Order: sequence, then structure tokens, then C-alpha cells
Amino acid sequence: MAFSSSNSTYTPTAITKPSSSVFPKSHPSQSSLTFTKIASISRPKSYSISCVMTKQSTNLPEAAADQSKALRPDSLGRYGKFGGKYVPETLMFALSELETAFHALATDHEFQKELSSILKDYVGRESPLYFAERLTEHYKRANGEGPEVYLKREDLNHTGAHKINNAVAQALLAKKLGKERIIAETGAGQHGVATATVCARFGLKCIIYMGAQDMERQALNVFRMKLLGAEVRAVHSGTATLKDATSEAIRDWVTNVETTHYILGSVAGPHPYPMMVRDFHAVIGKETRKQALEKWGGKPDVLVACVGGGSNAMGLFHEFVDDKEVRLIGVEAAGFGLDSGKHAATLTKGEVGVLHGAMSYLLQDDDGQIIEPHSISAGLDYPGVGPEHSFLKDIGRAEYYSITDEEALEAFKRLSRLEGIIPALETSHALAYLEKLCPTLPNGTKVVLNCSGRGDKDVHTAIKHLQV
Amino acid sequence: MVGSVAFKMDMGQLQLTRLNVFLGQTSILRGCLPQTTENQITMNSISSISPKSPSFLHLQHNKPKFLLFRPDSPSFFPISRKSSFNSPMATLAVASPTLGLSETFSKLKREGKVAFIPYITAGDPDLSTTAAALKVLDTCGSDIIELGVPYSDPLADGPVIQAAATRALARGTNLDTILNMLNEVIPQLSCPVALFTYYNPILKRGVEKFMVTIKEVGVHGLVVPDVPLEETEILRREASKHNIELVLLTTPTTPRERMKAIVEATEGFLYLVSSIGVTGARASVSGKVQSLLQEIKAESSKPVAVGFGISKPEHVKQVAGWGADGVIVGSAVVKILGEAGSPEEGLKELEEFIKSLKSALI
Repeated sequence: MAFSSSNSTYTPTAITKPSSSVFPKSHPSQSSLTFTKIASISRPKSYSISCVMTKQSTNLPEAAADQSKALRPDSLGRYGKFGGKYVPETLMFALSELETAFHALATDHEFQKELSSILKDYVGRESPLYFAERLTEHYKRANGEGPEVYLKREDLNHTGAHKINNAVAQALLAKKLGKERIIAETGAGQHGVATATVCARFGLKCIIYMGAQDMERQALNVFRMKLLGAEVRAVHSGTATLKDATSEAIRDWVTNVETTHYILGSVAGPHPYPMMVRDFHAVIGKETRKQALEKWGGKPDVLVACVGGGSNAMGLFHEFVDDKEVRLIGVEAAGFGLDSGKHAATLTKGEVGVLHGAMSYLLQDDDGQIIEPHSISAGLDYPGVGPEHSFLKDIGRAEYYSITDEEALEAFKRLSRLEGIIPALETSHALAYLEKLCPTLPNGTKVVLNCSGRGDKDVHTAIKHLQV
Repeated sequence: MVGSVAFKMDMGQLQLTRLNVFLGQTSILRGCLPQTTENQITMNSISSISPKSPSFLHLQHNKPKFLLFRPDSPSFFPISRKSSFNSPMATLAVASPTLGLSETFSKLKREGKVAFIPYITAGDPDLSTTAAALKVLDTCGSDIIELGVPYSDPLADGPVIQAAATRALARGTNLDTILNMLNEVIPQLSCPVALFTYYNPILKRGVEKFMVTIKEVGVHGLVVPDVPLEETEILRREASKHNIELVLLTTPTTPRERMKAIVEATEGFLYLVSSIGVTGARASVSGKVQSLLQEIKAESSKPVAVGFGISKPEHVKQVAGWGADGVIVGSAVVKILGEAGSPEEGLKELEEFIKSLKSALI
């Protein structure tokens, strides 16, 4: 299941590292908690996901090895020093209630069954692991050697992005909590659309906060949300983008916490959100492991995903964090360039601070005020990043690079031309990094790139920049 | 830089901060001081507090520099409120006549009074108005003043204070300019000042350095609305080391056991958030406040001040009647200064409003 724990009396501290076999988290006794689709496929054992992993690889730097003993997250919701709960006191009870419910539902068979069935029949999982033949050809060197590129097709999910994995699970969770009113923030509109979709599906009242500036550049998604019955509230405060929409959603939650569930859309925010959203998206990595095994009898060698808040990347990485031989690469938005001051490369250029409830890397000025980020992609246009990414960066487990608007647009065009897949501009950042990565990889390296969303929503933006 | 200049003396590494306070025991001071006139005093402008220091102090260009520093005059002496020095001068560092937060509550309790605590946002509409407003609030009988440090993403604040913070930041207000202003103004106030600031600006400066700096300008208390009990460890340690009272908040959603732990840990007073939500005026005060006050009083004798949504004299009266030890009024005060036609009008309206609120407590 997207979030199952290793025993019924789950506490984060009780989890120990599973065996280091090919199926490191295999616990036969938990078959009832697994995705039915996964369990039924040719795996010798069923396959469950613990919320927390304990050990890092042994060849990490010494500092990292020390940290690796820490749980991810610990009982205070920390990943090393990152994460935590930096929120107004009013929300503390709701967060602890949410955490309790999350752990309880991990062992609730009815809930798991309902979620599995919705993910299969409504979302359309599992998503294919697609061998991108012509893209692979594009990266072949003169001697015919080069890596093999596979795309994890999250863009084929209902609503066109990975976001729905989390939205559908949290909507079900809200129902279990007896909360009939749902709020969410959205940047590009993908999470807003996913949330509006699941609220329509479950008959929940839905309010989406969206920066006024984003509403303009994502007008199509605004209409989709309204069509789905959601109320879209324009946020004019601050810079009128995703960070302000998030602040406004948190304020709404502070005010209506007794009746409202906040479906946070990324692996950001106060604990338990980074853990919960990660676990709801962890299905991406789990399917990838199984599909890789089926396709080439091994694991991927390199995973690549774009990082704004970092949910699609965490969803893909989480399954493989303990597989030390698998490289994890996150790609941030460099906007007009890292030195332009107009970018969203939080992990590359940010400093540690607290935003929206968590300690993580942030884009901030000398006075600790949050800086307005820039990216052509509204979904990456966020000054913070999920705390677990900050942790993975600091211990050296994952690598983070950045890609400019221009490079992303080129990749947007390239994938459209080579594979007949129009990727989201967010995803295009990950795709653009292949230009730098692939020439460095040995022949036959298996690269899995998370194709996190489809690009139909972005053609309006692309028209202004691309000659086709 | 003129208004808030500190002087660094080479000898004894004594850092002196200008104060508009007359010191009675000048003979003691003289005895301890090195022969100032002979020993070169390097009068560094206060780079330790303010590397940038733009707006506020520009108002005072006409004042002669170092006006109040006259080593030969018994009436004017710079003294340091900085207590971290091991110099013999440290014993003189307690010259501020102002009581701390908990002392203020104790004093009021003995007098059978309820504390009146207004909040304003620093730098809205500008820092010189904030300086003037602090003095107005003080002379109109405020017992403690809560001063908000503007932040780009104030999660606990409603539209009025958000807008005030946005305006203040747009005018270039930052922590340095605020501290410079306070360095000048706090010595002129008779009531203590508590800063209300979000966590990131504190982290950015470094928690310890932040505490040292705010102590240096005479701040007594600190409220950090986005740091709940679990995350307060470092803040509490550093605050306590530097004699800053760290005020914690409890709310209507806080379970009783948790509230007990918060009451236990808070310093100065307990901040009871009156309603579920962000800051901002509300039509009425939730009746739940009365029972919350009773619950808290059953657990602890620490003073409790009620805030969030209190905007009218009748609210103030009601909350005081329910047994609160203090009443905090924020957005309604901020609105007056923010919406006034001119700073002068704002200050005038402020005075009337504060008097009307204060009279509800008499």
C-alpha cells in the first residue's frame, strides 16, 4: 500500500531496516496491506512499504553514516535537522490528529482496499515504464554506445500528473476524519485540478487557493477546477504565486481547522505532510522497481526527477534510497540562470531556514525574508523544498542540479518531436538534464526519468517562447 | 546612524550604547571608567547593530553627532545595557528603569490592575511614525507593548497585519533599522517592549546573536508565533541565557495536557489566543475564553493575557471581567496607523483609541 507500516502498533521509532535482499522491504505477513496489483504480479513475495527507513548505504561520508541511523522522519518529524512542525499552536492538534489517523489507516484493510481500487480503476495505475527508444537513440555516442532512457509515465494518470496519487489518498483520509471541507494550494494548477477532481469524486466541498499571477498563466487549469465544482480563490498577497497561495491555505486551515482538511500538494509543510505525501506517492518507485525487474531483471541505475517542492521526485526516490548503488538525481529550476537572481534553485542556491512549517533550504534574503522565485514552470516556482530533499542533499545520498527556462523549453520540444509525448514544463527540467547526464554514463546504463506530468497545460506558455 | 550610536572604547572593550537616561550615580561610573578624555575613545558608529541602517535615523540629521556623549558632563553618560561583558562596568549595565514582563504583571497584580498590551507593526507606515507611536502608546498607559517585526510570510496573521507587514517591507524596513529605532526609543519608554516575530528572521541572524542584539537595545520579551512548544528548545535556551522572556501561546484547540506543558514553559506571561484563526478583529469574543481562563488558572498562577480578535473597549472589559491578567489588542491598532490619511492623523487617532481601550480597564 502507499503507506503501510510494518506492524499494527506502528511508531516511527519501531521500524528497523528490512533485509538487504533484492526486495529490501518484503514482509510476507503484510500481504493484506499491499497494492493488490503489485501483489498479484510475478513477485516471489508481497511487497509492503514502511513509512520510515533507517539505514543509509555504508559507503556514504562519515557524517552521513552517523545521520543514517536517524529515522526518516524521527518522532518529531525531522529528517536530520530538517522538517519539524513550525506552525501556529492552533494547528498542532490537527497535525497530531492527522498523524494518528495516517498511521491507523495504514493497517485499516477497508481503507487500503478502497484506495487500491480507486488508484487502479479511477487513476489508472499502474503507470507504464516506457522505453524511450528515439530519445535513447538521441543520446547514443558516435560508437553507438549510450545509456537507455525509460520514462515512468505519471503523465498518463487521470488529470495528467502524479499529483492525483496523493490527492485521492488524502481525500479518503479526510472522509475518515469526518472533514467535509477540503482546501488546497496550487501553483501550476495540477494539484488544484487533482484536488478538485477527487473532491468531485467523493462529494467534498473544495476551495483552491491560487496566486493571482498563476491564475493568469494557468487559465485553462482554473477553468478545469471550476468545472469540477471547486471554488478558486485568488491570492493577491505577497508575490501572488505558489508560496502566497500556500500561506493563505495555511491561514484558512488555522481558521477552519475543526471542519477542514488541508490537502497539501507536496512533500513540504509541517510534519506529517512530508512523510504522508511521500508515502502516498511512493507507489511510483514501487512500481518502477517491479517494472524494472520485469523489463531487464534488475534495478534502475539512475533515477531522474524534477524538484519544486519535490513530491514526484520523493515518490520515485523513496523506494530506492536504501539501494545505495542507485543514483538519485533531482533537477531544479534555474530560471533565467543561477546568477540572475531569478530562479527557483532552492537546494543549489538556498540557505537553511523555516517556511510553511518546515525547516529546509529556502531562497531568502540577508534579513530572512523569503525571496520571490522565478521559473517558467509554475509548478517549480517555489522558494522552498521538501525537508527530506534537504536531508538527502546534505548526507550526499541524492544529487541536485538545475536547468534554465531555455534548456527546459528545448527539452519540451525535444520530447514532443522524438517521442510524441508533450511533457509538462516541470518534467521538461528533468528531461533537459539528460543532455548533461547522458554523455557521462556508461553504455547500457538504465536511466528512469519520472515523466511527472503532461504538457497540454503549458502550450499556452510555450507558444510565447518557441518557434515551431 | 546618528540616533543610535554606540561607542566602542578601545580600553576594556567596553561597548557603550547611548541612552537618553540620566544616571544618578555618576560618581560610581566615573570611578569605574578609565580616564575617558585621555584614553582614545573610538567612536565607531554602531556597526555591531546596524551595518545598513537607512531610513529611521535620517530623520535626525540636524542633531549634532554624539550629542549626549559628554564625558565631562555629570548629567550625560552613555551606559551599556549589555550584560555579557566581564568588565567591571557590567555592574552598571542595569540602568534601564523598565520592569520585565513578569515583573510588570506582578506589579499590576499587587495594584489590582489588568495589563493593557497593544500591538503595532514596525515600519508601518514608516519607522519614525512607529517610534512616535511607541511613545504615544507608552504615555497613554500601555503596560507592555508588542512590536511586530514585518515578515514576508506571516502565517498567523490576518489581512490587516499582513498588509501592514507588506507595506513596511516595501519601505525597506528590516530588523537592523527596527533595532536602531528601538535603541533610540526604548530608553524613553516606561513600559517593556516585547518583539513579535516569525522564526526565519531569527534563524537567519542566528538565534544567539538575535538574543544578544535585542537585549542590547532593551527588548524584554519575545513572541514567535510559528514556533510551537516542541520546537522551542533552542529559543528558550538562548532567550533565558540573555534574559529575554519567551512568551508561548495556547489556543482553544490546545488539549489540556498540552496547555499545562505550555504554561509551565512560558515566560513573562501565557498568551491565550482567544479564537481559532489568524489575527484580526472579530465582532465578539468567544465565550470559550472564560472557561479556558478558568482551566489555565486552575493549573498555574502565571499571568495570562488574551489576544487575537480583541478590538473594542467592550471586548477589553469583558475579557478583563473573565479574569484575564492582560488584554492584547493588535489588528485594530494597526489598522488605525495603516489607514490614516497622514502619520499625524494616525497618531492622533491612535491616542484616542488607546485611551478608550485603556479606560475600559479602569
